[in-house]
Amino acid sequence: MNKQTLINRYSILLLVFVVGVIALVFTVFKRTNAPHPERFGFGRAARADEIRVLDIDVRPDGRGLPAGTGSVEPGRLIYNSKCIACHGDGEKTESPLPGEALFVNDPVKSATKHPAENAVVHKSSPQNGQSSKVKTGAAQTDRMPKTIGTYWPYATTIFDYVRRAMPYNAPGSLTNQEVYHLTAYLLYRNRIISAHTVINEKSLPGIVMPAKEKYVEDDREGGTELK
Amino acid sequence: MMEESSENNKSLTERKISRRLLLGGAATAAVVLVQTSVGKMVQAAVPQSLVPGLLTDSSSLKAPDSVPPDPTKIPGRGPSVSGMPSSFENPERLPSLTSSRTPLQDLYGTITPSALHFERHHGGIPVIDPQQYELVIHGMVDRPLVFRLADLKRFPSVTRTCFIECSGNFRSGKQEMTPQEICGLTSQSEWTGVMLSTIFREVGVREKATWFLAEGGDAAVMTRSIPVSKGWDDAMIVYAQNGEAIRPEQGYPARLLLPGWEGNTSVKWLRRIELSDAPFMTREETSKYTETVKDGKIRQFSFVMDARSIITFPSFPVQLEKGWIEIRGIAWTGRGKIVKVEVSVNGGRSWAPAELQGPVLDKAHTAFRYLWNWTGAETEIMSRAVDETGYVQPSYQELCAARDSKGGYHFNPITRWRVQRSGKVVLGEGA
Repeated sequence: MNKQTLINRYSILLLVFVVGVIALVFTVFKRTNAPHPERFGFGRAARADEIRVLDIDVRPDGRGLPAGTGSVEPGRLIYNSKCIACHGDGEKTESPLPGEALFVNDPVKSATKHPAENAVVHKSSPQNGQSSKVKTGAAQTDRMPKTIGTYWPYATTIFDYVRRAMPYNAPGSLTNQEVYHLTAYLLYRNRIISAHTVINEKSLPGIVMPAKEKYVEDDREGGTELK
Repeated sequence: MMEESSENNKSLTERKISRRLLLGGAATAAVVLVQTSVGKMVQAAVPQSLVPGLLTDSSSLKAPDSVPPDPTKIPGRGPSVSGMPSSFENPERLPSLTSSRTPLQDLYGTITPSALHFERHHGGIPVIDPQQYELVIHGMVDRPLVFRLADLKRFPSVTRTCFIECSGNFRSGKQEMTPQEICGLTSQSEWTGVMLSTIFREVGVREKATWFLAEGGDAAVMTRSIPVSKGWDDAMIVYAQNGEAIRPEQGYPARLLLPGWEGNTSVKWLRRIELSDAPFMTREETSKYTETVKDGKIRQFSFVMDARSIITFPSFPVQLEKGWIEIRGIAWTGRGKIVKVEVSVNGGRSWAPAELQGPVLDKAHTAFRYLWNWTGAETEIMSRAVDETGYVQPSYQELCAARDSKGGYHFNPITRWRVQRSGKVVLGEGA
């Protein structure tokens, strides 16, 4: 064979080899990466009517609030019959109530010596370097009983939570009308609205709660700074 | 085996009953009708603990098995459909009205036995029929969809081991407190489910959606707002716990699982997800699960659990003897991996690194061990965790100073154990 034919043959062989390698790599690559669809087609479409039944949340801008009004006096009647047994009537009690105090008649009297809500705190002593005196504004927040008036940032949360979860033994049994009245009563007992105010789906989101300005978003990031 | 060949036509359960009746064995409190794997209805003897409704006091099932004079001289109890720990072992949760605490000091390794996983409920545990269960996803999505449990199980599944911790997991105040009482509101399971991101793609979560509401099907219909970014990250919807269906106390038939985040956000008995562009400001992220911090502020959306560790042995009420002791405990962080656990055996004057049990997993309880030769002197021992962000678990004093508070959610201080000369171990001063 002459030199040119030899080169031609080797070129063809090389070409066939390269194409073969590419084909092999391609099939291997495809096999190890099994197809994974963007969507699987599982589940079924949610109907508007079934979403409506479940979509019971009330947002701070008022979305989700049914049309309606609430007044303090009817709210008082409902509270005294359905809520007072667990939540009390604003007075400090000897033993803790099953539900929490939603309002207090005398905030100073009801303030606790030890502010921690979830920790049983031992008495401070000179050895561990803690002072029992509280001086800062933070400690004031810490010590005040956490009621709707002192701690909740949004009035709409009252409607949302009472409607879905209360009374504890019969959650979801209150009508929207009852929830509106109760919301008005609770706002009144927390000195946020007057006894004659009538709330509705437009005014409730507009109520500015005293605690709202205290709320800050978590800025912990780990690392060396302790926050 | 001779018995099997001669009784091929009978189900395993039927064969087992006659042996149980003959030999006695574990206390059989009831005979119930059960369906065998081939669909036959047979009578089966079951231990009291497996009979629903009868069990009001867990200690009542702990009648210890009678020990024969020589177990090698008499055939023992045969196989069964479901096992229980030895009647000589009784680790128990510590229940309250709304929660129960894991007995950390009684466990080994880092997996919490499913029956002992801590609980925290806001309206009790609902009974949900898995055939009726539905999860609705709607709001800012291209396609609002409804998934049954079977649908969730069809998606590609993922398994991971991680802790869940309540952000209110801190108690102190007495010398005589066990790790269970101090911080028993944390447990670890191996979870299996579907990535929430897979579901997000399925429904077509819109770009402008930045938050989603997760709602549970319990009596509290409990809700939390979650940033969509966590949904796309490592959030899961899980239906299996430690190899079997998730327990009712942990959210049967399916729950949201947000690794490393405060337990309340891992909404149990998940029934609805709504995509939105703002948080919903539910009761659980305003009235609850917020904490007072410096300058009279109230910190909200404090999702991530900070690094923490606790020595589980020796702890109250252990009575030590002089000599070699393996100090043991667990460490964990919601910010990735634990990189180091240091132990002090001299009241905090000096620290030395403990051995970490590998593999060290992301957002998971990590076991640590430290060999100590106790010479009998009164001292305090403690551990502190360091995580991959460089965060060092603080002392109680440091935490109080940083938060301007004496307690509350997200309190993760170092726990100090006082070893008295008598060998008695109690909780030290300064938590």
